[in-house]
Amino acid sequence: MNRTPLRPLARILKAREIGENPDRIERENIRARAEKTRDRERARAEKRLLVLALLFFAGFTLIGIRMGQLAATEPSEPQTASAEGPAILTQRADIVDRQGRILATNLVTHALYAQPQQMVDPAAAARGLAAIFPDLDEAALLKDFTGSRKFLWIRRKISPEQMQLVHEIGDPGLLFGPRETRLYPNGAIAAHVLGGASFGREGVDSAEVIGTAGVEKTFDGWLRDPANGGAPLTLSLDLSVQSVVEEVLLGGMKLMNAKGAAAILMDVQSGEVVAMASLPDFDPNERPQPATKGDAGDSPLFNRAVQGVYELGSTFKIFAISQALDLGLVSPDTMVDTKDPFIWGKHRINDFHDYGAELSVMDVIVKSSNIGTAHIALMVGGARQQAFLKALGFFVPTDIELVEAPTGKPLLPKKWADISTLTISYGHGLSASPLHLAAAYATIVNGGIKVSPTLLHDAARPEGARVLSEKTSAIARTMLRQVVVRGTASMGEVPGYQVGGKTGTADKPKPGGGYYDEKVITTFASIFPASDPKYVLVVSLDEPVETSGSEPRRTAGWTSVPVAAEIIRRVAPMMGLRPEVEAAGDDTLTLVRN
Amino acid sequence: MRSFLFVLSGVIVMALAFWAYHENYRTQAELGEVRALREDIARLKESLGVLKAEWAYLNRPDRLRELAEINFDQLQLLPLDPQQFGTVDQVSYPSIGLPGLSEPVDTVGAINDALAEAIGEAP
Repeated sequence: MNRTPLRPLARILKAREIGENPDRIERENIRARAEKTRDRERARAEKRLLVLALLFFAGFTLIGIRMGQLAATEPSEPQTASAEGPAILTQRADIVDRQGRILATNLVTHALYAQPQQMVDPAAAARGLAAIFPDLDEAALLKDFTGSRKFLWIRRKISPEQMQLVHEIGDPGLLFGPRETRLYPNGAIAAHVLGGASFGREGVDSAEVIGTAGVEKTFDGWLRDPANGGAPLTLSLDLSVQSVVEEVLLGGMKLMNAKGAAAILMDVQSGEVVAMASLPDFDPNERPQPATKGDAGDSPLFNRAVQGVYELGSTFKIFAISQALDLGLVSPDTMVDTKDPFIWGKHRINDFHDYGAELSVMDVIVKSSNIGTAHIALMVGGARQQAFLKALGFFVPTDIELVEAPTGKPLLPKKWADISTLTISYGHGLSASPLHLAAAYATIVNGGIKVSPTLLHDAARPEGARVLSEKTSAIARTMLRQVVVRGTASMGEVPGYQVGGKTGTADKPKPGGGYYDEKVITTFASIFPASDPKYVLVVSLDEPVETSGSEPRRTAGWTSVPVAAEIIRRVAPMMGLRPEVEAAGDDTLTLVRN
Repeated sequence: MRSFLFVLSGVIVMALAFWAYHENYRTQAELGEVRALREDIARLKESLGVLKAEWAYLNRPDRLRELAEINFDQLQLLPLDPQQFGTVDQVSYPSIGLPGLSEPVDTVGAINDALAEAIGEAP
């Protein structure tokens, strides 16, 4: 902006010449300048007024709307969450078996804590507590009560009787906090499946209950989700069947002097696990701490059925033979070379007995010939064998709903050489869990549809892929039946239930390499009834010895098979399977052969 | 007349106010009752949970097995056996011993008596 001088020299000189007063020019200029300033200030003030008016308008509108809202709403007091809604939910849903019987539920108990500064007589309180809870040390308690501590937990859960006794001590410094604790009313039954629960974040008035293992941990989020409306988690287990399986297995384990045992009973069509036991077991109400030293596989917490990977021995023979049958390489009557020994490179394969020059494919499985199976595996070849075992699920951990499942990862040979093909055909060189075996047997005998093991009852599950033809599956069933009728599993016969199955005895590998001579794992994978299989049962014993004869016997036929037979005899009627008279064909064959 | 209308409307307003307050207090009493009932439900559900847990605990298979063993003399309970399966044909139909045709039947009452007696005797 060009600023006009107040006394422009040119105009003043001119005014002086014509005799005018030059001050008039100055006054005129001052007036013009003042007018300009006034106009500018006015415009600015108008702008500010407008903004202010807008702000007031917005403020009054807001207050008006809010007042209207408040006037239109019903007045009500805020209420606690427990009184809201029709269902009053517990913190964690129950777990029930397939018939709705409770496997895990909640119980309201109390936690005991102390506030020493409120105590009247710390010495008497310490003495009284030590008398009620024998594992508490009176001296240590007194030290805590008389020291500088303001708060300490004494017990995480106490029973109502213990609470009454603490009340009777009568010290105001001993206080109780309500607790919802997890209760497993059946004790150790299905301990490995359920796992256990413990407290998470803990306060005086409540504590979070979290799953620590098993399905409790797998479904932790689901069980705690209030959106389920307190619906229980229904497992595929059957409590009474599970209990009988555990009882018989424990008896069998003691009788056979084994140090551990596992059993799985599974529906062959759906893969639902009806019973799963692993011994030794534990009480999930008092879940022990994991062992810090020694072999984790010997801990009671270890689930042998899912986490334990073992070489499962001759139970694998049916896989090689079913595949050869399915590919049309052999028929049950094809004669196979069984000359003992079978030398392959620098390796030597032997049979338990010498079975002569050749056996039919049927007899290879019935008599359990390693050499015969190895010859059949050679016909199939390594690549196809790998593909088949992969399809049966032997390459990855099982996808059962347990947090421990991924630790049950099968051990495969680093390099799948020809000798691996031979040894794996009779179950050595590949380690898998009993659950893998149960699922694979279910797949073989149910008509050839892939089965994935599951612990959930009636959950919608996708149809499995076809692994074998219907026809091969039927032949495999007949072969497994013949193993029991006239083969290595003759003790497995249960009248009326047409048990079929295959035994497997595998030497235990030493930690440093090589195998123990006198430590074996015996497995019996069985199906019943063989003509139309409903269930598959796998029983596995760790280091069994049968000592009733003149010399100790360690084969599966003498150890696992009788245990499995007893389980089937007890369990099949409970599951509503009616004993049936077998079709004539098989029996007449037995008589002729014997 | 006008003053009467004023008084009448005043009385009506008072009556309506009385009614409205009455309704308000009744509603609050009902709400209080609902709250008390919900607390009851919560407490009963809790004790139901305890009873269910206790039922499950008393019916645990280990305990039932021990009881069956202890009381074997009286109950003679054994595990279910495959041989215990039967067919419907094997169950005999309870015989109703109707009186023989030769026996004379006089009255309706007598028939009823005879039937009642027969059914009473039937196993």
